[in-house]
Amino acid sequence: MAKPVAPVSTSDYIKAYRVMLVSRVLEDKLAALYRAGMIKGGVFLGKGQEALSVSVGIQLRRGDLFAPLIRDQAGRLAFGDTVLDTLRTYLGSALGSMRGRDGNIHRGRPRDGYYAMISHLGAMVPAVAGGLLARRLRGESGIVGATCLGDGGTSTGAFHEGLNAAAVDKLPLLVVVANNRYAYSTPNSRQYACADLLDKAAGYGVTGHRADGTDLADCLRTLRTAIHQAREGGGPQLVVADLLRLVGHGEHDDASYVEESLKKSRLGADCLQLAESHLLDQKWASADDLRSWRNEAEREVNAAADRVRREPIPDPAEEDWTALSTATMRENPGTP
Amino acid sequence: MITYLEAIRLAQQKALATDPRVFLYGQDIGTFGGAFKATKNLSTEFPGRVLDSPLSEDAIVGIAIGAAIEGARPIVEMQFADFSTCGLNQIVNHAATLFYRTGTPCPIVVRLPSGGTSGGGPFHSQSLEAVYSHWPGLVVLTPATVEDAYSMLLESVALDDPVVFCEHKFLYYHLKAERLPDEALPIGKARIARPGRDASVVTHGAMLHESLAAAELLAQDGFELEVVDLRSVKPLDTDTVLASVARTGRLLCVSEEWPWGGVAAEVIARVSTEGFGLLDAAPVRINAKDTPVPYHPELWAVHRPTASTIAAAARQLLHI
Repeated sequence: MAKPVAPVSTSDYIKAYRVMLVSRVLEDKLAALYRAGMIKGGVFLGKGQEALSVSVGIQLRRGDLFAPLIRDQAGRLAFGDTVLDTLRTYLGSALGSMRGRDGNIHRGRPRDGYYAMISHLGAMVPAVAGGLLARRLRGESGIVGATCLGDGGTSTGAFHEGLNAAAVDKLPLLVVVANNRYAYSTPNSRQYACADLLDKAAGYGVTGHRADGTDLADCLRTLRTAIHQAREGGGPQLVVADLLRLVGHGEHDDASYVEESLKKSRLGADCLQLAESHLLDQKWASADDLRSWRNEAEREVNAAADRVRREPIPDPAEEDWTALSTATMRENPGTP
Repeated sequence: MITYLEAIRLAQQKALATDPRVFLYGQDIGTFGGAFKATKNLSTEFPGRVLDSPLSEDAIVGIAIGAAIEGARPIVEMQFADFSTCGLNQIVNHAATLFYRTGTPCPIVVRLPSGGTSGGGPFHSQSLEAVYSHWPGLVVLTPATVEDAYSMLLESVALDDPVVFCEHKFLYYHLKAERLPDEALPIGKARIARPGRDASVVTHGAMLHESLAAAELLAQDGFELEVVDLRSVKPLDTDTVLASVARTGRLLCVSEEWPWGGVAAEVIARVSTEGFGLLDAAPVRINAKDTPVPYHPELWAVHRPTASTIAAAARQLLHI
């Protein structure tokens, strides 16, 4: 095997933490806007999953592919999505990348390698595999594609078909499973019967990696290794991270079904708080640093939210109401 | 002579030869050449660009979508149209929504060997063009001639939108042409396959040939049916259909699909709403019976419209 994996440095850790922090502050803002009735549609947060998510997004390179899922605000920001576009999409600004045609977490810029998820879980696994296949056919190498999903997503046919097909072609695909214990309200015990989700890696003939989803350093290390192995020709990599979703499925959901014992367990720890303790313990940052970083994040988020609230909303009269790019293929019978 | 099936193979060969972005992906399409041999020898001629897939329709279409996002022009083969339902989600929820949602086009071609053949049975005979036409964001094609099989497949590959290419298995072997066209009607235009003055028969796919045979039968009685081959069911060329009905005053829609919400129903809806005044009689439709497609040839022959049932319906429409 080629190059060794570079160790995770202090500055890597701090950089990742600061993206997690912006993500958390942004999501707190989204939750507040939701409660104030200002969000169009639902709000789906990744609280408790930032360490895992950021570790994916921040360690991909320009030119790689990334198809995040519902709880990947941190990974999205790390990969190049912005606070501004997140708010535009949630608040329904006409200037957002989805122009009001789709909302919340269903956003992306596919041409930039940032795929826009559909709600059907597992669907992005073969899509990223296909992107990688096309790159390979074009003669490009050294590219990695990553997609994220949850424990629920591993039960879908698309996950199975996509990972299997990627394994057959030995594509540099990273499938990151956040085992957050619940798919909406369905617990692991009703989701799968194998002893461990990571056991599935052997079944597909892919390399498996386990991460402690509450521990930023472990997530960074694990994802760095997995991405490296995919990039170096090791084929698909399946990462399973253990953690707990610290919010409801969406902000409409009080998550009353989450077992108390799980909340109190190690899994229920908040990865952001743990990272802050680690930064202080290691003396990589002071309490003042943490405060000023948070203030900075809050200023950015609040300024973006204020700006977006003054932006135009989509105008139905300006829409061309077509789903096809080719003008001659369009038709709209029976509509006024 | 070039068969309909060979035209499809030659179109893929030409697409591969002329456009480096094109690749083929599907079950058994590599060295084996495909279940129907629509990709015979192509993997040898274009090494690394005609790829066998696992038995995974969802992944086949999903992979095509990702490849298209990255600038490729994938042509994927569903072994039978019937199995495309296992890839339905990727087709209708992913490929068909991509441009609308993100502004990124999704130029994929999904080939669906469609329609009934003798002995095919419930799961190797379906005509799903109306199902795919229901979702916005797809172009749905039903070539009924060797020439169209060739030219429309090539045009599909050049199109920036996802195409569901419903090629008819019944036409694969027996339909033949002297040569392939250099120029053709564009996608989205219907064709008057046989001019006539007494009634318009609007049809597509294999039913074109049953309708033409029915027109021969009616001609023996001195009546001239005008047969319109839709070619593409989405977009649907309402103008050509209305112009034909304007000439004949009568409409008979013939479709091999099931009746509920089918192409025939859509054509009748359009003519009734946009051209009611052109009609001298209530429109008539003939579809396959509303059961799964039966296996036994004797049952199958009655399940779908045929020249004789079309002719009978035409006589009724014309009060003869």
